[in-house]
Amino acid sequence: MATVTGTMGGVLPRPSIHTTGFWSWVTTVDHKRIGVLYGVTAFTFFLIGGIEALAVRAQLARPEQGMLQPALYNQLFTMHALTMIFLSVMPLGVAFFNIVVPLQIGARDVAFPRLNALSYWLFLFGGILLNAGWLFGGSPDVGWFAYSNLTGTDYSMGAGMNYYVTGLQVLGVASVAGALNFIVTIVNMRAPGMSMMRLPVFTWMTLIVSILLVTAMPVISIALIELTFDRLFGTNFFNPALGGDPILWQHLFWVFGHPEVYILILPAMGIVSEVLPTFARKPLFGYAFVIYSGIVIGFMGWGVWAHHMFITGLGPVANAVFALSTMLIAIPTAVKIFNWIGTLWGGQIEMKTPVYFSIGFVAVFIVGGLSGVSHAATPSDFQQSDTYYIVAHLHYVLFGGAIFGLFSGIYYWFPKVTGRMMGETLGKWHFWLMFIGMNLTFGPMHWLGLNGMPRRIYTYPSGMGWDFWNLVATISSYLIAISMLIFLHNVFRSLRKGPRAGNDPWNARTLEWSIPSPPPVYNFAEIPVVLARDAYWEQKYGSGHENGQAHAATSEHVSEGQYGAAADERHDIHMPWPSYWPLITAFGLFVVFAGLLVNVVFAALGVLILFYGVYGWALEPVAE
Amino acid sequence: MHASTTAHPAEHDTSTGLDNRKLLMWAFLGSDCLFFGSLISTYMIYRGRSLTPPFPGEVFDIPYTSVSAFVLLMSSLTMVLALAALQRDDQRGAKTWIMATALLGSVFVGGQVYEFTTFVHEGLTLSVNLFGTSFFVLTGFHGTHVTIGVIILLSLFIMAWRGKLTSHNSLNLEIAGLYWHFVDIVWIVIFTLVYLLPYPEHIAG
Repeated sequence: MATVTGTMGGVLPRPSIHTTGFWSWVTTVDHKRIGVLYGVTAFTFFLIGGIEALAVRAQLARPEQGMLQPALYNQLFTMHALTMIFLSVMPLGVAFFNIVVPLQIGARDVAFPRLNALSYWLFLFGGILLNAGWLFGGSPDVGWFAYSNLTGTDYSMGAGMNYYVTGLQVLGVASVAGALNFIVTIVNMRAPGMSMMRLPVFTWMTLIVSILLVTAMPVISIALIELTFDRLFGTNFFNPALGGDPILWQHLFWVFGHPEVYILILPAMGIVSEVLPTFARKPLFGYAFVIYSGIVIGFMGWGVWAHHMFITGLGPVANAVFALSTMLIAIPTAVKIFNWIGTLWGGQIEMKTPVYFSIGFVAVFIVGGLSGVSHAATPSDFQQSDTYYIVAHLHYVLFGGAIFGLFSGIYYWFPKVTGRMMGETLGKWHFWLMFIGMNLTFGPMHWLGLNGMPRRIYTYPSGMGWDFWNLVATISSYLIAISMLIFLHNVFRSLRKGPRAGNDPWNARTLEWSIPSPPPVYNFAEIPVVLARDAYWEQKYGSGHENGQAHAATSEHVSEGQYGAAADERHDIHMPWPSYWPLITAFGLFVVFAGLLVNVVFAALGVLILFYGVYGWALEPVAE
Repeated sequence: MHASTTAHPAEHDTSTGLDNRKLLMWAFLGSDCLFFGSLISTYMIYRGRSLTPPFPGEVFDIPYTSVSAFVLLMSSLTMVLALAALQRDDQRGAKTWIMATALLGSVFVGGQVYEFTTFVHEGLTLSVNLFGTSFFVLTGFHGTHVTIGVIILLSLFIMAWRGKLTSHNSLNLEIAGLYWHFVDIVWIVIFTLVYLLPYPEHIAG
């Protein structure tokens, strides 16, 4: 596309439209590109978090090893958790929100493209701030939930906790900004005929996750603000000497922390709910049940937080109430499991790599869900708290659950984003190595934990009966690492040599497959009109074949390019222009928080940059 | 607020008919409810649990704070008048009432600065006890919200002054109003729970 000069006016001219090169990515407001930025950044952090985990496992391979110093070990397991939760799984979910949601609802972009870019830059800066301790004065080392009063200046004298409070604060702003955008996009930007009960399930789960983010992140923001004030300005929120209550931190943290668990898992559930119907050649079994159980999970996720706190001594009434609510939340989750099984049942399942990961998700998530129910029971939780049993459970739901779901999504939508197919053979090697490695790494932790091995210890004595299974877990964790290398090889190979995907390589059901791969900047040449759930399936085959598989199995694709490709260079569609302001605004907020740790003068400078960014943003001319 | 929207007023049809930016503000206010909800919860959990003086009864000047609360509530009225004036294209009225709202908000913030200064002179600081900690952080964050509101109002006033805020894009003012009324309502809650609700006898002072 030709270079167009920005219209003068405002504080800075709008950047010119380039379709390639460094600046085209820095100033982009295109949801697909922002999705790719999110995905690549998050996957880089995923590799960093993985290396941290491998170091932890290496230290635990044999009893009484001194490979890592205890202080470094504490930083590694803390940063592993923070990196995986806040910098990998959450933003990988957001990468899919960005790439998939506007396409699934038949929109040309999100409601606020520049706000979307701001979210990404804030995420990047927050991730850098959270990791700054590796270079400047040490990383957080008190575990990811950072219980007070270990986090006060009396016990955490180094800079580590400062990076925790400021880095997570910036990441929180990024999440809320992004989530607000997706709420408005999904509620307001649907194509004609796309009623709420025709929305693809992934889009529905995005909406629920966004509502959870918008409501849960402020709670952790307040907790972080209180801790920041305690550490930097001498307040007494968590100072027992003056009446402060360290348990307040636990409440605030887990009131955020439990919805957060569903923030991590619901995107994966949405992906699985897209993949299974596509490859089983059947509509999702019990669509409404999947949606409503997602909503119920979203609500009930707010009423279970104290099951993380049974051993703090809340008393029998509170413990009983939270035990019951925790057991109840297993029901809507189980409903979804049955819906996925029902979708596969009787389907003509095409066993492509995305299906492997989706079925892997369902299988492993059942194990993680059941171990979760086992510590919903308070007495059994008393035994399991702070042991490796908890580590086993959380990795079965977050690694076996969320990560498997996300990989399923990567294999499923990679052709849409890049225009090329991923290698199937390598994909299956990746799956089997990861599946076996994952079960042999985290499976033994169940009985290590029940045999009394506490979590977060940097070494253990020989003769406790823990030696063998720790060694197995460590070796298997390197199996997972090998599977990741295979995945990376597959990605780079497929980018160069993968077969062309065409519009609809999977004979899929939703609107993103009706347009070329990769999609043009404007997504849809003509905004589609939606007549039924599984809108693209309906376009291809009509509603008469909604329930049958025979017709679909012949995989007669509608002539490719019918929707969109014909008009590849459409100049009459006005797309939002690129902008510098999201980056400048995000940088301002970054300087505010990073500056707080150095000198208030720097923070004030950050406020000035922030104001400059916001006003430049508001006054930016519409360049058309 | 987005000056750029003057170029294209709410022309895009949305699925709900509700403007995107208005929906964004409502969703943000939902988020802000949880923000203040958590702060106020912290205050209520710690209410009456501060161990050392000064205690609330020793420093609070209820009549003074009542006046500044009244000022803030009146600013909601002037905000409504500003929007009504703008929507019937009464430019003069709109400018007057926008400025009046910004001034009332500034008076409230100024009153809070004076109140904080007085409290510090009486020995109540951010770090002296649990009451000072929870009081200053809660009311301080509310004051910050009001200050941001005043900045938005002044920006809108400049827009109106340059003739760029009219009945066609009164949505800018309406959305700012949503924020402003929300911040007022939060103050009603804070004022009641922090100032008016009686404290336990032994710390009443």
